[in-house]
Amino acid sequence: MTPGGYAGKYLDVDLTKEKIKEVEYSDKVLEQYFGGRGLAAKVLWDKVGDKYPELDPLDPKSPLIVFTGPMTGIYPGSRICVSGKSPVSMGTVGSTAATEFANEIKEAGYDGVTFTGKADKPVYLLITDDGAELRDAGHLWGLNGEKTLIKLNKEVTAELSKRKPNVGLWKDPGMIYIGPAGENMVRNAAVITKLCHAFGYGGYGSLMGSKNLKAVVAKGRGSLPKVDAPESAKLLWRKTHQILIGRSQFRREGTGYAGYSVGAETSSEPIRNWQEEWHDEKSYAGPLFEHRYWVKKKWADFNCTTNCMKISCIKTGKWKGDITDMPDYELQAYCGTNFGIYDPEANIHLATLADKLGHSGINGPNTAGYAVELHQRGILEDSDFGFKPKWGDPETFDRILHMMAYREKIGDVLAEGTYRAALKIAEMKGLKPEETLKYAVHVKGIEIGAHGTRSDADYTHDISYAASVQGGDHTSVAVDGYSDMSGAVFTDSAVFCNFTYYGVPQSLVFDFAKAITGFPITLESWRTVTGPRIVTLQKAFLMMGGPDLEWEPVKDDDNPPRFYEPLPSGPYKGKTTDKKLVDTKLQTYFETLGWDERGIPSKETLKKLDLGFLEKSMSRLR
Amino acid sequence: MPFPGVEVPHLCSQCMDYPCVSACPVDALSVDPDYGAVIVDREKCTGCGDCITACPGTVPFLHPGDNKATICDLCGGEPKCVEVCTEAGYNALTIVNEEPNIHRKLYSRNPIDTARDLAVNMFGEKGEEVIE
Repeated sequence: MTPGGYAGKYLDVDLTKEKIKEVEYSDKVLEQYFGGRGLAAKVLWDKVGDKYPELDPLDPKSPLIVFTGPMTGIYPGSRICVSGKSPVSMGTVGSTAATEFANEIKEAGYDGVTFTGKADKPVYLLITDDGAELRDAGHLWGLNGEKTLIKLNKEVTAELSKRKPNVGLWKDPGMIYIGPAGENMVRNAAVITKLCHAFGYGGYGSLMGSKNLKAVVAKGRGSLPKVDAPESAKLLWRKTHQILIGRSQFRREGTGYAGYSVGAETSSEPIRNWQEEWHDEKSYAGPLFEHRYWVKKKWADFNCTTNCMKISCIKTGKWKGDITDMPDYELQAYCGTNFGIYDPEANIHLATLADKLGHSGINGPNTAGYAVELHQRGILEDSDFGFKPKWGDPETFDRILHMMAYREKIGDVLAEGTYRAALKIAEMKGLKPEETLKYAVHVKGIEIGAHGTRSDADYTHDISYAASVQGGDHTSVAVDGYSDMSGAVFTDSAVFCNFTYYGVPQSLVFDFAKAITGFPITLESWRTVTGPRIVTLQKAFLMMGGPDLEWEPVKDDDNPPRFYEPLPSGPYKGKTTDKKLVDTKLQTYFETLGWDERGIPSKETLKKLDLGFLEKSMSRLR
Repeated sequence: MPFPGVEVPHLCSQCMDYPCVSACPVDALSVDPDYGAVIVDREKCTGCGDCITACPGTVPFLHPGDNKATICDLCGGEPKCVEVCTEAGYNALTIVNEEPNIHRKLYSRNPIDTARDLAVNMFGEKGEEVIE
């Protein structure tokens, strides 16, 4: 019998042969990897195995994995996880986003989809209770995100309403799709859902684009899967809800006030590609966003009680009609301060633009900011851009984001992501790689989220990014190898939102997990066995690397050079990340997880975690 | 509506003339004398869908389980939805005691139409584009 919380079936789509079949995973695998990020890593291994290092992520053979988890839709704050071999880091990233797509697919009777192969023309997949079908997406290819969403939504809604005229369609279908950046295989492009929610880290937009897959649409008319202990789940839901509803700051402000406060208070906000991390620009204050641009102050995805989303709309002027949510802190930073922009309106415009083009709002703008810094340093010239780029100028970044998405001029190079662009530009300009890499703010190819480590006053510290198997991902940072196993690794695998997790006692969350699945899962077992199993598998992938790059153990488990420069301004002036501390903590981290001093999982650890299948590949690295 | 925040609850507004009740060919629908809610007799209902067509807001739907018409019956005067909304701390739903009036029917609208108007309210001209 299927464990509680799982629909029990996964779709396996071969785009080359246009074949769709249903697969199931054994209860043991589900218990060991749970779902989402964990299960995706396991499925990726089962599909690729020891050939992993030779697999180009953008090759048709490379799988794209879209999985929910057992707690999706039931625990407050449903999300869905996109994974696969990351075109950016060559490891795997469990990239999650909040969307009704997650519920719809489960209600249609499936826990997730994996794609392999490559369609010979653009297609989209429609999943309903009657099964799944591939459909032509020729008319959608090339459209920006917003147009894709509107057109596809209209089309599918009309058709599904027609299928059951008496029932109609009570609610729009859920969908994930890519914008032009994904289509043109911009390496760090995002998969987008709803109007402006992105699966940003990992660059899965390009993976989806490489498969000629424009969108996945789901509409289920069934109910969510049964849970193991419904009465306990009900009680736990109430308890969780009571705690979350009390988090009034999130409900009132979301993270929309942080664009000012993180810079002014904790000095950890990227400014002009991280040249500074402190600002006190009152023009960028939360109320200035709220009073003029927020048209709705409480909004949430299905089943979320945190309600952290606020919607911004520009109603007049040259950017009329730009709509985005909040922008949240990350995009306020990356599409604002990181460009030297302190104007809410320009920020909303650029955040909307990044989503429309299908860029990841963190990673794409990181690369854009990087390019402008190279211009400032005299490495790139006006002729590379075709105009003179300036900090603080919305027009500059508007153009660069377009150039990247459509791979024009220098945009073609920048579309490879910050790390690869740095190497290419060094080659182009006849420089040593170090000369361009020293301005590149990334860890293992993944551009860093908008929380710096230098002031040490934010939640990110020394090894937060350096030791993380997901590189610069700010949603899954490494703390001490033990306690962080129960955080993001869990929420990405059970697949629900971080913001409905932190603040709720962990024991309660794990009781919830047990009530849903019926697995004997506890906080302790997750911290010591399941969490480390998933992270060790991800680490192994990262170490195996890909055809065009391999990460050097320890040397690459480090912060970018910029994070060791002293902060030039603000209350934390002169402070910087302590390299010695990073080295010591890194070793402790490896030790806690049972990896050797180079970060390679030891034989005993693999055995203990039931990851024996990795031994062959790992012994080669050792 | 693919626009953020424009999601419309879709419920029976108890029109004074009850077009659904008069449209039913088998007399399966009746009006609750105390609360004015439409009550469906599941034995009699044939699932023909005439009530859905007759409703100005396409509110009734056929339940996926038994394929019979389903309309909000106000839970016998103590709506559960209001209870949970209050308990959850949102306080978005409240019970309003009012006499039947002519405007009531006008609230019975297709949710898509309502969403379009809300889109214009929230997003201005951009919202108008969606209507087209």
